[in-house]
Amino acid sequence: MGRLQEYEVIGRHLPTATDPTPKLYRLSIFAPNDVVAKSRYWYFMKQLRKVKKSTGEIVSIRVIAEKRPSKVKNFGVWIRYDSRSGTHNMYKEYRDMSRTAAVETLYQDMAARHRARFRSIHILKVVELEKTEDVKRQYIKQLLVPGLKFPLPHRIVKSKQIFSASRPSTFY
Amino acid sequence: MSEESSVKANQWRLVEVGRVVLVNKGAYAGKLATIVEIIDHKRILVDGPSTEVPRQAVPLAQVTLTPLTVAKLPRGARSGVVAKRFAESGIAEKWAKSAWAQKIKSRQVRWNLSDFERFQVLILKKQQRYEVKKALAKAKKASA
Repeated sequence: MGRLQEYEVIGRHLPTATDPTPKLYRLSIFAPNDVVAKSRYWYFMKQLRKVKKSTGEIVSIRVIAEKRPSKVKNFGVWIRYDSRSGTHNMYKEYRDMSRTAAVETLYQDMAARHRARFRSIHILKVVELEKTEDVKRQYIKQLLVPGLKFPLPHRIVKSKQIFSASRPSTFY
Repeated sequence: MSEESSVKANQWRLVEVGRVVLVNKGAYAGKLATIVEIIDHKRILVDGPSTEVPRQAVPLAQVTLTPLTVAKLPRGARSGVVAKRFAESGIAEKWAKSAWAQKIKSRQVRWNLSDFERFQVLILKKQQRYEVKKALAKAKKASA
């Protein structure tokens, strides 16, 4: 297990006299554990519907495992995040083995490039891009070229010796 | 300038589908695997069904490229196909014959010598040195 897991959380408002069978709402949450997952579920539910943790109940929480963990996939991620002076939408692409791995890289990437923390990011959608034409970003397209090959020039080998009779070669 | 000089482009080992790779670090250190797919500039999907390396994503920093390649390996091939092409390309034999693999083996042998075996090596080296010096002295005398 990496840092995050994907949870499917289903919950609803508690039944009342006026509404004995409330609608169920399902969210897909990326969180490190089920406690955080449930907390994030209520955070989003409160924003979207008139329900909070004390007036609702979580009916089901399941871990969603990656269907094909050994297949390399291209993911498109739609985010909404708060910057220091406003909130913005973003679309980013990642090439990874699983949805959780892509989302983990996303959080690290957003932290690095925009100083956005976990709390400021809403993940709207994570979609596996099946067709190469759907990939929009050049930094992923360049890796989807058929017959891709590249060298690793100027290899720097960490020397285990303190002293050496000859200068190292950087040819690989 | 009367002489012609030619510039030859470098022939690096390439990161490509089918490149045979030696795993440096981790549980599968010292084992060969094949690049099945390139994930991005720093990671590859690697598989070694015949050398007991499970299919996994590995950073390129934890791996060394070898001069060997497995021929006709399609991108993202599953373990069965990788094993078949690996055997067809005869990578295991080619690797065992290579100077690199033999150096690794001799390092291992040396490391695992018992004290008596080290003594035997000492005696054999002495004998070798004596023969070489004798032959050299004879050659010098003959030419002088």
